[in-house]
Order: sequence, then structure tokens, then C-alpha cells
Amino acid sequence: MNVPVQPSILQSSERAFAIGAPILELDSISLRFGGVHAITNVSFNVLEHEIRAIIGPNGAGKSSMLNVINGVYVPQEGTITFRGERISGMNPPLAARLGIARTFQNIALFKGMSVLDNIMAGRYLRTHANFLEVAFQLPRARREETQNREAVEEIIEFLEIEHIRKTPVSRLPYGLQKRVELGRALAAEPKVLLLDEPMAGMNIEEKQDMCRFILDVNDHYGTTVVLIEHDMGVVMDISDRVVVLDYGKKIGDGTPEEVRSNQNVIDAYLGVAH
Amino acid sequence: MFYREAGQFRTSYAQDTQLLPLRQDRVGMLVVLIAAVLIPFFANDYWLGAILIPWLILSLVALGQNILMGYAGQLSLGSAGFMAVGAFACYNFMLRIDGIPFVVAVVLSGVCAALVGIVFGLPSLRIRGLYLAVATLASQFFIVWALDKFGWFKNYDPSGVITAQPIVMFGHNFASPGEKYWVVLVIVVVLALLAKNMARGSVGRGWMAVRDMDVAAEVMGLSLLRTKLQAFAISSFYCGVGGALFAFAYLQTVEPSAFTIELSFRILFMVIIGGLGTIMGSFLGAGFILLMPIFLNVLVHSLFGKSVDATVASSLEQLVFGIMIILFLIYEPLGLARIWQLTKERLRLWPFRH
Amino acid sequence: MGDIFFFVEVLVAGLLSGVMYALVALGFVLIYKASSVFNFAQGAMVFLAVLSFVGFMELGLPFWAALPVTIGMMVLVGMATERFVLRPLVSQTEETLLMATIGLAFVIEGLAQFLWGVDVRNLDLGIHDEPIGWVMDTTGMLISQLDIMAGVVAGIMVTALALLFSRTKVGRGLRAVADDHTAALSIGIPLKHIWMLVWATAGVVALVAGMLWGARSGVQFALVWVALKALPVLIIGGFTSVPGVIVAGLLVGASEKVVEVYFGPYFGGGVEVWFPYILAVLFLLIRPEGLFGEKIIRRV
Repeated sequence: MNVPVQPSILQSSERAFAIGAPILELDSISLRFGGVHAITNVSFNVLEHEIRAIIGPNGAGKSSMLNVINGVYVPQEGTITFRGERISGMNPPLAARLGIARTFQNIALFKGMSVLDNIMAGRYLRTHANFLEVAFQLPRARREETQNREAVEEIIEFLEIEHIRKTPVSRLPYGLQKRVELGRALAAEPKVLLLDEPMAGMNIEEKQDMCRFILDVNDHYGTTVVLIEHDMGVVMDISDRVVVLDYGKKIGDGTPEEVRSNQNVIDAYLGVAH
Repeated sequence: MFYREAGQFRTSYAQDTQLLPLRQDRVGMLVVLIAAVLIPFFANDYWLGAILIPWLILSLVALGQNILMGYAGQLSLGSAGFMAVGAFACYNFMLRIDGIPFVVAVVLSGVCAALVGIVFGLPSLRIRGLYLAVATLASQFFIVWALDKFGWFKNYDPSGVITAQPIVMFGHNFASPGEKYWVVLVIVVVLALLAKNMARGSVGRGWMAVRDMDVAAEVMGLSLLRTKLQAFAISSFYCGVGGALFAFAYLQTVEPSAFTIELSFRILFMVIIGGLGTIMGSFLGAGFILLMPIFLNVLVHSLFGKSVDATVASSLEQLVFGIMIILFLIYEPLGLARIWQLTKERLRLWPFRH
Repeated sequence: MGDIFFFVEVLVAGLLSGVMYALVALGFVLIYKASSVFNFAQGAMVFLAVLSFVGFMELGLPFWAALPVTIGMMVLVGMATERFVLRPLVSQTEETLLMATIGLAFVIEGLAQFLWGVDVRNLDLGIHDEPIGWVMDTTGMLISQLDIMAGVVAGIMVTALALLFSRTKVGRGLRAVADDHTAALSIGIPLKHIWMLVWATAGVVALVAGMLWGARSGVQFALVWVALKALPVLIIGGFTSVPGVIVAGLLVGASEKVVEVYFGPYFGGGVEVWFPYILAVLFLLIRPEGLFGEKIIRRV
């Protein structure tokens, strides 16, 4: 099935999925590692179907924030609300079941498997056959395998990686690996997609491709996207709203234009002592 | 030019994911299976009893070890311990349940081993790598000790060496090496097929995900607890069945001293040399480890013209095994299975180079 | 009164075993500290060291000549290990390196027996495995002279090594190398010399440990499995901590003896075969980095 190509900047009237109510709310999150304060009292929300960027200088706590959202780290204070429900004790499998998927800053692909297997692995929650059914290749197991394969092939086509589907991921160049990781996250059909520096280390063309994929995912599937990104051009172009972190605190929150002209944000990036 | 896929189209995903998509492979496998069944009519008892039967059995145990180490990435040095559980469980089932068919006893023994495997697999949730290896050593030493010291397992037999009961199914006593071989062949082939299905399917992907990057696996919704314990359980099942067969179809005795740490190391070597994370590798590795001593003996004999002292032979064997392990780890960490795969790929291109 | 003396006797025997375990474990720690590799072959090296020492003496070398020759041999073995096993696998995972050292263990064991044969040898260090006269007379406790001497020697070595690591320039260099080879090189630490020193020290430790154990129970292949006992010691003490290994060694030695003597008879004995391992597993579950080890934090 063909996904239509969209212009790179979407006007709100052209969106297939209008931005809705908050799907994710983070309240007064504080995270400490011993004496290190990674995040201090940060609150913000993410609206459904929007593309939310988290930006800030290095070490500002952005990755930690993502890790908190999906339960890899447990904050000492603060609450996470997903679709209106307080989630206590967030952990990665729970986040996955809720519909939150993510990619990692340093690619976390399964190095021993092919592209196809990696993305198929992302269908884990849609696989209900138990090990005996798989071992004996009983009907349910076979049916699920074929169905999952169909879904995964759609994603492979969408991300234009058909030619490498059987290649072991360890042999792929960095840019393609990142794309495969995106595919694996998409395989779970998530409501919220957390992307940790999806364009790190890419050249211009790769970045453009990645932007296009992210926008297409958001537009075609309505997936809410939260992404950490350093490239300001990308952030300004594709995000609906931006959160700015610095030294673990929130120093800006709003549309790209509002944040760009915020003096605190400018100071943080220019390294003015405060 | 013979081993070509030209003309063989796969028009559905189901076809693409089948076990042997190439017609030549299917034919080849059929030939191998037929040959395997016919072997007892041609081979002598020595070959059957001392080579083929232990090869099949140890391949099965290596398969179990491969599931745990190769697919799920949990370093284990305790496979012989789980074999022992299987052997003693089988003995007790046959002893205490009248008329139980051998295969049923074997499967139940596997289940027992699986349960023990789950218990000793629990530490894997908190520890990994070398530490886990040491924990599996704990299981190896403890299990063998317990089976030895608690007389109930041996039915309070004072002699310390129990003779295994005969293999009786459907009223027939499978007594000759050829008959034992068939029983073992069927069990091993079936279990290998099941393992292959699991490895290629969602179960195997789950294991490999945990092996390669467990944080990412969790992020996709996997429960590390369930997946690791499942790997331990299934792996121990295979080791347990292997142990039961080892005692009943090979040694004909049931004793703890057959399941030493040395055996665990041999199985480890089979898996490393054969190829971690492959089904084929288990068979290749087992064959290699079994045949190498014989091959060495023959080699030394032909080089030096006389028989080698047993102790010198065994030290040479150790030396060679160790060197092979190191060489394989350096040059072909994916083992014999990878070499086999590369050979197949070259055959596909033959007579062209690339 | 007799009960307490018996307990002390058992305890002392256990502690003395423990010091020896600690000595073997120290060999592991040395290599681990210098190269971040767990050298599974350490036990085999102990075996090779003492077997060669005895072998050289049988060939006619006097005690004091055989000593440096054996140490020299162990250094060569160590350098060969570094060059042919560790260096080619330098970027591999911890599990791969572990398996390589398991292979190495087999190579060294096979080599040892190939060179020197499989006969059990006796090692006479001049002190006999007899109870100390006056202790036995006054308290009735049987404490072997040999054990005490072994304990003292081991204790001295352990202390010397601990001091070496923490107080000397060389020790600091070793620690730097363990942390980061490239960084160590770039500040001018002579890597080759450090390696040689590490392997020489490990070789000396292996030889001394082997001699002490061998004098006690004969120089035979079973020595290799004794060395396996050092694993629980390392786990309980922490892989990188010299004091930790000492404490853990004493703990393991004492506890396994006490448990064997007091609880073993209920089961027909043999408890000490598995007890240290189960103890190590319990420690791992409660305190994964060991008594003194460094906590490992994984960054995502």
C-alpha cells in the first residue's frame, strides 16, 4: 500500500489527525542518582497526535526524561499520567502494553538478528501463541506469524528498507540502523513514540528522510511523537511544541517560535552563567 | 549449477518462512533422514552403540545448552546436572509406575528437569555473565551431590550403581543397539524439529532479544522473568531428556558419577565449536567432540606407528580441544555451523566464484 | 570445654584453607585488575606451575634453581596467553573472553600433563603435616604445622600484594592499565613492562599456592578443581578488591569446613563440594558486586 508523500511542514488544517487532549502528563518529576540531580521538578504535557520536541544543552536530562516516561528510571518524585490515568510504578513492559514505544540514543538493535527479525521482535505484544504452539507449529502460531509478517512488511515498505530485510543489522551503516530501530518501534503500533536523537550522526539526506518518516508516521497513523533532537532546524520545522531543559530544570515550554525567542533558552545555549 | 533457487518462487509469506524453502534442501533432508533410518541394517554394533547413539544423545543435550547459551545468552556450566535429573527421574518413573511406556517416562523426566532448571534459573534475573556461570556451577555440584546422598533417588540401592531398566514400549523390548538407535533417533529428530520451530519463531526472537539487549527487549513489552525462565526450563527439558537417554540407551546404568563437571565442559565445547545459536551447530559440535579423540588416535598412530599411551592421549586431547576452542573463538566465533553455511552458499554459486 | 576446642580446631583448619583460597583467588584478581579479563585458566596455571617445579627438581635442578626457572616459564606462558589469546579477542564480549580462557585452561592442563605425565607427585617442603606438639598437649587440638606454615606464607604474600597495589607506583600503574589501556599508554605507562610484571606476579602467586596445596595433598590434577573454589571467593569478595578476596577467602574456607563437619554427617558428607557456590549465589542475590567490589551502573 502506498503512503502519500506530504509537504514537510503541515498546516493544522491539513492534518489528518487534529491535535487533541493531553495524552501524557508529567508532573513535578524529580530524578536523582545519588548526589546527581538529573531532573528537578519538571512538569509538562504532551497532546495527542502532536509532535513534541525536548531540547536542551548536553547533560540537561533529556534522555533521562525519556527514560522516566517509559519506566527505565523511576523518579523519586512526581507522577506520570497516561490518557488521564495516573500510572504508579511505570516500568518498560508496562509502558509497552500502554502503547508507548521508543528508540535509543545509542542504537539498541538486536545485533544477532536480521532487519526482518528485529522488526518482527517489535510485534511481541501482538504474539499470543505460547511456546508449545510455536514448537508444534499449530494453526494459531502459523497464523500469527503470517499476520505479523504482513504488518512488518508494510513498515519495511514504508521505511524503504526492502532491499536489506534479511541483512544482519550489525552489517548496516549507522543511518540505516537508526531507520530499522524506528521500524521496530513502529511495529508495536504505538500510541506514543519516544525518539531519542533519531537523527544523530546523519547527513543532510538521511535527516530529510528521517523527518519525512516521522511526519508520515504522525500524519498517517496519528502517532504522538516525543523526540529529543539537537538540530534546531529540524526542531523548528517539524515540531508542534517544544520543551526546553537545562541542568535538569525546565526553562521553556511552547511553540518553536515562542521558545526560540525566550531569553533563558538563548542564555542556556550560549552558555551564559546563571 | 545444481544447487540453485532459480525457478523456485515463493508467493506467500507462509512459503517464505517455511523450514526448507529450497527444493534441493528438502530433497537433501529427505535423503539424510532415510539414510539415518536405514543405518542399523548396515552399521555394526560398535558404530551404533559407541558413536551414533552417543552422538545423537549429546547433540540433544548440546541443543539444550545452545537454547540457553546461544539463543538466550545465559552462560551455563551446569548441563550435566540437568542430565542427571533426567536420568534419575526416568529411572524412578519406570520403577514406580508399572508399565509406563518409555517415551512417556522420558518426557516426564524432561519436565522434572525443566522444573529444576527453573529453580536454578531464578538467579539469572539478577545476575549475568560470569556470575551466572558460577551460579550454574552451584546447580551442577548441588544436584549431583543430592542425587548421590539422598537414597530415595536410587531406591536405597546399596551398590551405588543402578542398572537401567530395559526400554519397553508397545510390548516390545528395544534391546539391540539398532533398536535403541531407532528410539533415540526418533526422539532426537522430533525434539530437534520442535527446537528449530521455536528458534525461528516468536519464541526464539524473544530469547535473542534478551541475549542481545535486554533493556530494549523490555521496552518492547517482554518480561525478562518469563523469557529467561522459559529458556532455562526448555533448555533443562532437553538436557533432562538427553540425560535419560544417556543412561538408558547408552550407558545402561544410572549413576551420578556419569554426570560430572567434565561432561558439562564437554557440552560447552560442543556448543562453542559447533556454533552458538544454531540447531545444526549442536549436531556438528557433538560430532566433532566425539570423533576428535578417535581421529587424533588414528593420526598419532599413523604418524608414530604405535599406539599412544592412554594418559598421553587424553592430555593431547585436552590440549587440542583447548586450542580449537581458542581458534574458533578468534577466527570463526559462529562455529562449524557458519562454516557449513558458507560452504552451502559457495555451492549455490558453483561453478561460479561469486 | 572439649567442644569449644574442637570447634576452634575446625575453624582454624577452615581459616587456613581459606587463606589458601584467597591466595589462588588473588591470582585471578591480579589478571582481572590488569586486563579486565577473568582468567578461568588460573587454576590450570597453578597446576602447571607446581607440576613443572616438581618436574624440574626431578630432572636434577636444586630447589632454589627450579624456583626461578618455573617462574620464568610461567611468565612466558602468561605472555603467550596475552599475545595469542587475549589480544586477538580484545574487542569481544566478556562471555567470549571467558570461554576463551576456559579453552586456555584446557590447553594448559593438557600441556602440563603432556609434559610431565599424570603421576601424582609429592612435594616435600621440609615441614611435615603433623600436629603442633605443644598445642596438642595443652588443648587436645590437632592443628597441622604444615597448615600453619602455609597460612603464614599465604598471609605474607597476600599482605605484600595488597600493599603493592595500593602503595606503590607500580601498583597505581597496574590499576590505570586495568581501567583503560589506551589512556594508560598515552600517559606513558609502559604497557609491556606492566604486563610482564603482572604475569610474573600471577605466576609467582600460582606457584606458591600450588606448592602449598601440593605439599598438603600431593601434586595432582585435582588441584585444578580446588582452584575452581576460588570462584565463589571472588564473587563474595568482589573481583577487583584484594582485601575483599582475603576476607571472602577466610569466610568461604571457614564456613565450608564448619558446615561440613557439623552438618555434613547428616547427609553422608560432601557438603563442602557445593556449599561455597550456593553461598556465592546468595551473596549475588543480595549484594551483586560482592563485599568490596565496585557497583556497576549501566547507562542506557
